[in-house]
Amino acid sequence: MDNEMKLEIKSKSSNEAFARVTVAAFASQLDPTFEELADIKTAVSEAVTNCIIHGYENKDGIIHINCKLFDKTIEIEIIDFGKGIENVEMARQALYTSKPELDRSGMGFTIMESFMDEIKVESIVGMGTKIVMKKNIGEVK
Amino acid sequence: MFVNYEIKSKELEIVFEEEIDHHTCSKLAIMSDDNIKKYMPQTVLFNFEKVSFMDSSGIGMLLRQI
Repeated sequence: MDNEMKLEIKSKSSNEAFARVTVAAFASQLDPTFEELADIKTAVSEAVTNCIIHGYENKDGIIHINCKLFDKTIEIEIIDFGKGIENVEMARQALYTSKPELDRSGMGFTIMESFMDEIKVESIVGMGTKIVMKKNIGEVK
Repeated sequence: MFVNYEIKSKELEIVFEEEIDHHTCSKLAIMSDDNIKKYMPQTVLFNFEKVSFMDSSGIGMLLRQI
């Protein structure tokens, strides 16, 4: 592993922009295209938003963001110690949201899956959720 | 965010200038709603030309507007 960084932020929505820009700045070391950076920023935004709205249900908590850079890959872990997901498979379904009253589109996981090359979800109800996402930079598509 | 209302065509153009995420979208939805109620247009044009970032919270907001 060539480089890593760890970030801890309070689960406030005002930190969403900060989180995505920080991860993008770190990812810049791999010389990504504008589009690859936009993909990463969006995926991070989705995951962090989920921690705030679902993990901590808009109450105070800490969101942990760990990034690792390998030769041409960025690995991003986004962790909360909130509610946890009862049924991960259902949560990952496009258009499914457990909070329709908040005008959520239910597209968060779908976007993470589309914009990143790999995503793993680990969750324990009452303990928290960990998302691990990877993206290969500079891949010829 | 600002709006342009064309009286003749009764078209309301809503121009978004900021990043649209969970943090900004509730405020934007309210402002958007208020303007639509104020002008009661026949058509609404959402202008995203100046939007540098949007995630699925923005999609949720748009769906609600529609």
